[in-house]
Amino acid sequence: MNPGTSSFTEFLGSYAPDLLPGRRMSNLAGGTPGNVEIPHATTIVAVTFPGGVVMAGDRRATAGNMIAQRDVEKVFRADEFSAVAIAGTAGIGMEIVRLFQVEIEHYEKMEGRTLSLEGKANRLATMIRGNLGMAMQGLVAVPLFAGYDTDRGVGRIFSYDPAGGRYEEQDFHSIGSGSVFARGALKKLWRPDLDASDAALVCVQALYDAADDDSATGGPDLIRRIYPVVATVTGDGYRRLAEEEIADLAQTVVDGRHDSPGGPTAPLR
Amino acid sequence: MPFYVSPEQIMKDKADYARKGIARGRSVVVLQYDGGILFVADNPSRALHKISEIYDRIAYAAVGKYNEFETLRLAGVRYADVNGYQYDRGDVTARGLANAYAQTLGTIFTDSSKPYEVELVVAEAGEDADSDQIYRLTFDGSVRDEHGYVAMGGQVEAVEQALKDRFEEGLSLSAALRAAVQSLEAQEADRRLEAKALEVAVLDRSREHRLFRRLPAPRIEELLAEES
Repeated sequence: MNPGTSSFTEFLGSYAPDLLPGRRMSNLAGGTPGNVEIPHATTIVAVTFPGGVVMAGDRRATAGNMIAQRDVEKVFRADEFSAVAIAGTAGIGMEIVRLFQVEIEHYEKMEGRTLSLEGKANRLATMIRGNLGMAMQGLVAVPLFAGYDTDRGVGRIFSYDPAGGRYEEQDFHSIGSGSVFARGALKKLWRPDLDASDAALVCVQALYDAADDDSATGGPDLIRRIYPVVATVTGDGYRRLAEEEIADLAQTVVDGRHDSPGGPTAPLR
Repeated sequence: MPFYVSPEQIMKDKADYARKGIARGRSVVVLQYDGGILFVADNPSRALHKISEIYDRIAYAAVGKYNEFETLRLAGVRYADVNGYQYDRGDVTARGLANAYAQTLGTIFTDSSKPYEVELVVAEAGEDADSDQIYRLTFDGSVRDEHGYVAMGGQVEAVEQALKDRFEEGLSLSAALRAAVQSLEAQEADRRLEAKALEVAVLDRSREHRLFRRLPAPRIEELLAEES
């Protein structure tokens, strides 16, 4: 009996393998990396709060020392109860995200039930592993995955390494070139009793700190009105914050920095 | 012992066979309402569906032999997902899907000794009622472009006539559901359908991303109880 697979990636691998991200560019593999500047991204942050999780990303894509684009989107709706964001080579990352979105929806339609959050996180790990060949060539893309676990009623965060290793993070996490700075900010600002809007504010503060010290991360652009993408995932599902809401958060952060450029301070003792 | 049967006779026998198979089952109706497209099946099973989501704005309803229409459903989901991934989500259309089904059903009807005993509807909710698309496909691969409402399955003439009498454009969801249930009850003189014996789903234009939504039994009861 061969009822076929419920995995879109596996089906595509047998039906039209050249459409898979890892193989689509496989003719690149084997050559020596040239001087092509491929857009890179990012700082991504994710913060849990009781009843959900917030994920946010800056908007800058760079190619070497050039700013390739100012309004890139790096945070995406994966499905009703999860969000995914990417850091690294933009072309590959976006392709993996697109495939991942189809993958989990395809499973749901084929099987008539949604994958568990754990199941989705594992599928993503497999897909990243599929890109290992490209990663060895320098075209690395790693995601951050966050979602609402409908069985447990909590928000959870998963990070990955380029070999497809999957790690569940506690409380908050950050990936990308500015993540070292963002993580310092998250560590000082995160509390267990944040509400959704304060958790979003923590994200915007952390992104500001990342942009402050990392040239590949863009800060909120008040002149062009380009703000970070911020999304919450709760029992009510995925919600991308409206532009006015994020504008308010960004304005609050920027105003606060006029007086103290280092941002909010944590108590010393 | 060699014998000769004319092609006309072979096709007629196959068609009769398929029709009989379909007529044994219960009915499904599909109709437009003011907020999208409504699907109602006389189906007591919670797990074995006759109505399913195919893509963002496209749904599928079928009658006949379960394993056959389930195979077609899975193929349809694959068709839609591959095309949406390869091109763009907006490039997946009910018309394309109906054509793919027509090809498949037509080939099976002509080439294999046993035709599929199925009948299906592929429907796509457009921006408004005028741009809705409803395609009905039969076991031999023929396609019809329907407007307003469709009935298929067992006792289809009675159900269709009942639906024709009750259907009008721009019905509310609860009115459309009542019309659908009353039409399905026309299968047998004393048939009364409870919410639990119904499978109901909608393509709801007011939703985002994926318009398909199943209605749970309490919601069905609530809609049926609403005053017209």
